[in-house]
Amino acid sequence: MRPFLEISQLHKTFPTPKGPLTVVEDFNLKIRKGEFIALIGHSGCGKSTVLSMIAGLADVSQGGIILSSKEVTAAGPDRGVVFQSPCLLPWFTAFENVMLGVNQVYYTASKLERTQIAEYYLTVVGLGEAMHKRPGELSQGMRQRCGIARAFALSPKMLLLDEPFGMLDNLTKMELQDVLLDLWQRDQKTALIVTHDVDEALYLADRVVMMTDGPNATVGEILEVNFPRPRNRKQLLEDPAYYAAREQLIGFLEERSHHRPVRTAHAAPPAPPAKPTGLRKLFGSLASA
Amino acid sequence: MSFLELKNVSKSYGGTPVLSDVNLSIIEGEFVAIVGYSGQGKTTLMSLIAGLIKPDSGTLTLSGQPITGPGPDRGLVFQNYSLLPWLTVGENIDLAVRSVFPEKTEAERAAHIDNYIAMVKLSHAKDRLPRQLSGGMRQRVSVARTLAIQPRILLLDEPLSALDALTRANLQDEINDICQSDKKTVVLITNSVDEALLLADRIIPLTLGPGATLAAPITVDLPRPRDRKALNQEPEFKRLRAQITDQLLGFSAGRKSSLSRKLVLPDILPEDLEAPRVSRPPRRLSEEKNETIVSA
Repeated sequence: MRPFLEISQLHKTFPTPKGPLTVVEDFNLKIRKGEFIALIGHSGCGKSTVLSMIAGLADVSQGGIILSSKEVTAAGPDRGVVFQSPCLLPWFTAFENVMLGVNQVYYTASKLERTQIAEYYLTVVGLGEAMHKRPGELSQGMRQRCGIARAFALSPKMLLLDEPFGMLDNLTKMELQDVLLDLWQRDQKTALIVTHDVDEALYLADRVVMMTDGPNATVGEILEVNFPRPRNRKQLLEDPAYYAAREQLIGFLEERSHHRPVRTAHAAPPAPPAKPTGLRKLFGSLASA
Repeated sequence: MSFLELKNVSKSYGGTPVLSDVNLSIIEGEFVAIVGYSGQGKTTLMSLIAGLIKPDSGTLTLSGQPITGPGPDRGLVFQNYSLLPWLTVGENIDLAVRSVFPEKTEAERAAHIDNYIAMVKLSHAKDRLPRQLSGGMRQRVSVARTLAIQPRILLLDEPLSALDALTRANLQDEINDICQSDKKTVVLITNSVDEALLLADRIIPLTLGPGATLAAPITVDLPRPRDRKALNQEPEFKRLRAQITDQLLGFSAGRKSSLSRKLVLPDILPEDLEAPRVSRPPRRLSEEKNETIVSA
């Protein structure tokens, strides 16, 4: 059977004054229907570029993306995107922001049904009492809730989340992760989240795809996450397997992400380089930001 | 004997209680982390200790003396760095040092400042303006400025919240090193359980407002120096991490209003917007299912 989403030999090149720069090189990934995938890597490694190409917001330089037997060529409502900042229209209320897309995608339905859809999702994300407020009157976390409701309300085939909780404090982040998981389970969506938070990736995903550092970034390692669902954060945090998985991800980010994988599967990994000192790590991250 | 003591401290703004009945007692040389959600009065608590605002009731004392206003015995590091944009790194620190140590000679002051700039590893950037620095470097300047006035107690108000994960980890290590080598008394406010576990001797969760207060303190008995990666193996770390996270999330679960509202999710499918517009009723999942059953 064909995978639900198939990314093959995906490349992205940007023109620069010094010639073309290949940011993403030969990226391959297959995603099953209903799967939750987390894509992690250092900032600037090209995670978001891959997501933008799946969303159809950035052109593919080489290779291709097939979503349920159709090649991705442009953006469309079959892929719902949640951005880091929720990008709500400030002169519309939360409800009107959600209705904007709902009115387009469900144009054959009655006004009542469309309103019901928007109200349903806004209430499920916890904005039941605040849905008629404008973004300016909502906290950062509430705005992001609205962004999630907007994406789910269009009933997309696939959900793409680009560091959706990066701007929130740790505790609000955990609340929203639960909101997201709840909706994902309810609607049985296929989802891809880009994040650099190891705990977030492990809590949400069925598989964590680790990307090597850019330029020429590609899939480094893939970790299967088999914790039972629905996931219980407290149980997870006490599970020794959780910490083993966490260590594998941290180890990849700290030590192995600089290497492109050798083509042959499971070849001996190259010797890890000397661990960068604090300041070198800092300046390295600044240079790539 | 406790060094910093808060007794039954309450504070409200315009009738809404923010903090009520806060009790806190910190001994000299202790590193205490207060963990809580945004908007629950963490910064109000810090401003009270710093003496920037006065409590409605209750008392605050620092080594037995009541706190009546701000003073150089308490050094505050803000989340937003609060550097003067027209002064260089050195000048920003000099401003604080000059007002706290007016008796120091020019040379003594210069040496003093250089010492603290070196402590946060910014010697190469001494003559730069804040806008020429990254967020992490700006926060380093802010830390150096506060340390340079040699406060008896260091107040850190979410100092690392605005930084990316990697920079934050580096600064956490630096703060840890500095505080451990000087055995400073520190109050850290944070929303990160990991950060609190890495740095603190005691962690005190802040409950949810309005009228937030401090929950029972949790002693962090992890050996020092604490290494982020080694901690990951430590059963006590895992236990505390799960316990505190669960406790904090439990606060908000209690807050959720039990509004029961009848919700209807209509059974309609999205239309293909690339195809020409049609005028027919919406497709429904229930109908699609019927069709498959018939065809099977």
